[in-house]
Amino acid sequence: MNPAIITRLDLMLASPEIVLLSATCVILLADLFLDDRQRWQTFTLSLAALAGTAWVTARTGVDVRTVGWAGTYVSDPLGSLLKLVACGTVAVAFLYAYGYLQKRGLLKGEFFVLGLFALLGIMVLVSANSLVTIYLGVELLALSLYAMVAFHRESGTAAEAAIKYFVLGSIASGALLYGISMIYGVTGTLELGKVSQAVATLGPNQIGLLFGLAFVIVGVAFKFGAVPFHMWVPDVYHGAPTPVTLFLSSAPKLASFALAFRLLVEGLGGLHAGWQDMLVVVSVLSMALGNVVAIAQTNLKRMLAYSTISHVGFILLGILAGTSEGYQSALYYTITYVIMSVGGFGMIILLSRAGFEADTLDDFKGLNARSPWFAAVMLMLMFSMAGVPPFVGFWAKLVVIQSVLRIGSLWLAVVAVAFSVIGAYYYLHVVKLMYFDEPDERRALEGGGALRFVLSVNGLAVLVLGLYPGLMLALCATVLP
Amino acid sequence: MQADWPMLSVLVWLPIAAGLLLLTVGDRSPGFGRWLGLAASVATFLASVVLWRDFDRGVAAMQFVERVPWIGAFNAWYHLGVDGISMPLIVLTAFITPLVFIAGWTVIEKRPLQYFAAFLVLEGLMIGVFAALDALLFYVLWEAMLIPMFVIIGVWGGARRVYATIKFFLYTFLGSVLMLVALVYLYLKGGSYAIADLQAMPLSMREQTLIFLAFLVAFAVKVPMWPVHTWLPDAHVEAPTGGSVILAAIMLKMGGYGFLRFSLPIAPDASRELDWLIIGMSLIAVVYIGLVALVQQDMKKLIAYSSIAHMGFVTLGAFAAFQIVRVTGNTDGAAMGLDGAMVQMISHGLISAALFFCVGVLYDRMHSRQIGDYGGVVNTMPVFAAFMVLFAMANSGLPGTSGFVGEFLVVLSSFRASFWYAFLAATTLILGAAYTLWLVKRVVFGPIGNDHVAELTDLNGREFLVLGVLAASVLLLGLWPAPLLDVMRPTIEQLVQQMMVTKL
Repeated sequence: MNPAIITRLDLMLASPEIVLLSATCVILLADLFLDDRQRWQTFTLSLAALAGTAWVTARTGVDVRTVGWAGTYVSDPLGSLLKLVACGTVAVAFLYAYGYLQKRGLLKGEFFVLGLFALLGIMVLVSANSLVTIYLGVELLALSLYAMVAFHRESGTAAEAAIKYFVLGSIASGALLYGISMIYGVTGTLELGKVSQAVATLGPNQIGLLFGLAFVIVGVAFKFGAVPFHMWVPDVYHGAPTPVTLFLSSAPKLASFALAFRLLVEGLGGLHAGWQDMLVVVSVLSMALGNVVAIAQTNLKRMLAYSTISHVGFILLGILAGTSEGYQSALYYTITYVIMSVGGFGMIILLSRAGFEADTLDDFKGLNARSPWFAAVMLMLMFSMAGVPPFVGFWAKLVVIQSVLRIGSLWLAVVAVAFSVIGAYYYLHVVKLMYFDEPDERRALEGGGALRFVLSVNGLAVLVLGLYPGLMLALCATVLP
Repeated sequence: MQADWPMLSVLVWLPIAAGLLLLTVGDRSPGFGRWLGLAASVATFLASVVLWRDFDRGVAAMQFVERVPWIGAFNAWYHLGVDGISMPLIVLTAFITPLVFIAGWTVIEKRPLQYFAAFLVLEGLMIGVFAALDALLFYVLWEAMLIPMFVIIGVWGGARRVYATIKFFLYTFLGSVLMLVALVYLYLKGGSYAIADLQAMPLSMREQTLIFLAFLVAFAVKVPMWPVHTWLPDAHVEAPTGGSVILAAIMLKMGGYGFLRFSLPIAPDASRELDWLIIGMSLIAVVYIGLVALVQQDMKKLIAYSSIAHMGFVTLGAFAAFQIVRVTGNTDGAAMGLDGAMVQMISHGLISAALFFCVGVLYDRMHSRQIGDYGGVVNTMPVFAAFMVLFAMANSGLPGTSGFVGEFLVVLSSFRASFWYAFLAATTLILGAAYTLWLVKRVVFGPIGNDHVAELTDLNGREFLVLGVLAASVLLLGLWPAPLLDVMRPTIEQLVQQMMVTKL
């Protein structure tokens, strides 16, 4: 294949990204000519760009794995699903963010443009078939996110969070790149398919590969926010403006899953025994630390940050099983987590108003007296995160436990369920505050109609997907046969 | 027999739908909401009466079966059905819930419709637990049930309600997740979540032992058995009257039901090997918890401990079966023990509900549960005193009441297993009489204790209705238990067969 020639197939494979990039550039330019009162147009254009990208993704999706762009780019059903979910998540994140930003005078075009660039990074990463493409996607995503965290310029905590995120993120990117260079040095190729073949011939005990693997795992664990590479998570979640935290906690997790899957499974599948052991440690530590430390938090954003860490432990548990059932369960868990996470942060946005952040646990006191419906939504989200049926979070935990039991790791399954019982405590605590305590104030909730509507749908989705989980499970099974 | 109507689905979903409807009504029109809730719960009870009437008493097979695909990926089905063990428990559930409504009619002042809605949803889920024939469906309902109960205790409970309800939730959740691991293990081995398939699946001794222990944790917490009973006194004391009633009358029965439906048939060999463990725990519950009950100062706590002791009879009756077969060589005595366990569950459901209602009646007037705050209630509330004495007698196992039948059957059958089992079990007749009658003596009889007692008014019509219905059923079951035993017989015999056949 001559790399200089771009074929029709190449263009078709990358068409969602091309559409998104073009649209984002147009929005970036158009935004220059709008003043603050016309900023809703940027918002509308961004949603239109997302809808268009999703439409193109759905239209150009392929049934079988297709590689293009001289072996650096891949399109497969898994990629299409992840891209569609990512588009939807970003759209929901924008919808939640709009009112919040408007009330604080933060409604700038940059927020949407950076969000779209982050999405582009996610999509590149999802479709990566070469070590360099992976790195490209990771960096595009990370740089957009750093800027988004720092986006509220007058906020000291946001600036601090952004610097922390940037410094630690750079180190992790460096580790990832270092690992990639080692793998390239040993195998002599950047293309994941060829890396996989080279690993098969070199065997699982090649010392250079194992070194490279260790650094790659550091990068992956950092992007997931897994222990012991989790230090940034609580500070960044806490410091960033809530809509940014919401964004940060949702769509990039899909990218992290894709990163782990493309690198570890498609590229380094031959080293499964090696990364399995490493991931066992990371995963158990994440579940332990995340669930235990979350109990002590008084700030809801920090609590959800630690809760994220524990959820990541579960996702890694599915990946480390190393079976297609395990990958399916990890994918299912990731999507489920994203749905719950946007809902949780959406509730914080709903309760906040100009000059008041509603991000401490006490701000949820007596919510049932103020708004029974949204208290019920939060109750569903919390029980779902705790893994209590009939909500969707239960099924996510169930499939992961099932895939871990299938590979015969009874102890891992028991550890996982034991920590989810510990984790149940702090979710129950939120329910306790909403239902059992009296409110300090009885102000009605402010959030706009769109926010209320999407949040209600979000809450109901947790219930409906939990009552009938078959559809999404079947979807995950189709894209990861 | 296949019904034209999906009777069980009606029983499960009617109350849940009504509960959700109540939530949407909100507290805007409490009068309408109350009547709607009562109507729904009465309709559910009537449906359960139809279930009782149309139930075929001659067969052990599942009846009223409904089977619809649910989750293809897990081969899980929406699979409902009842047999002689589950059907009486469903009727009991549907019977108690309307009484909770009537008892809480005007008493609940804080968000009354959410209170009634929570009970309706809970009722549907509990009926679903008893009717589920798919282990995954069972588990989902079993866990989902915790949510309304958590809210009921937490919102409408007493001073330490938060501590009590979180303890309740975490205790039961911890027990349940281990059961989930066991169920997933069984599914991976057999490829099916159908309870019938799990019961038929051959398992090695090691597997059975681990599965048995996982189930034991789940069900022992729920029953609750000594030493994992400590959540119960807290939960009972802090729960509102209706919550205590449902907790004691229905939720505790789920543990017993779990032993009969899961532990015994799925892991019969492990059950046989480890029966000493359960019997030991049951006897400790009967004797030690009985002594603990004797020294309680709080009426609800006393009844809570009495519940633990009485539930010890259930597990004793169920697990003495193996020893009976070992000693006598035939299975007749074993069936009698299981009969006793089942009758005890139903009877305790009625009696404990009645006692908690009695305490609720007093609490609504005096806002105290301390025994020391009462004395001589009979002088101001003669009708109430008559009921209280009747239920106390029933609780201590007086012949002619339902309490006698279950305890007598269990003691009688445990005699065949070992004299000492029977001896220790029979001490409960003494201890039970001691703590219950002493409670009655201190609260009801004697001179009027203080001015507050002197101002008490007797039962109103609503309270009379609730206690009267319960008194009638306690006496009916005590004098004429044959219909209940007939319903259960084929199923119990089949269960004994399953227990005695090795699965190794």
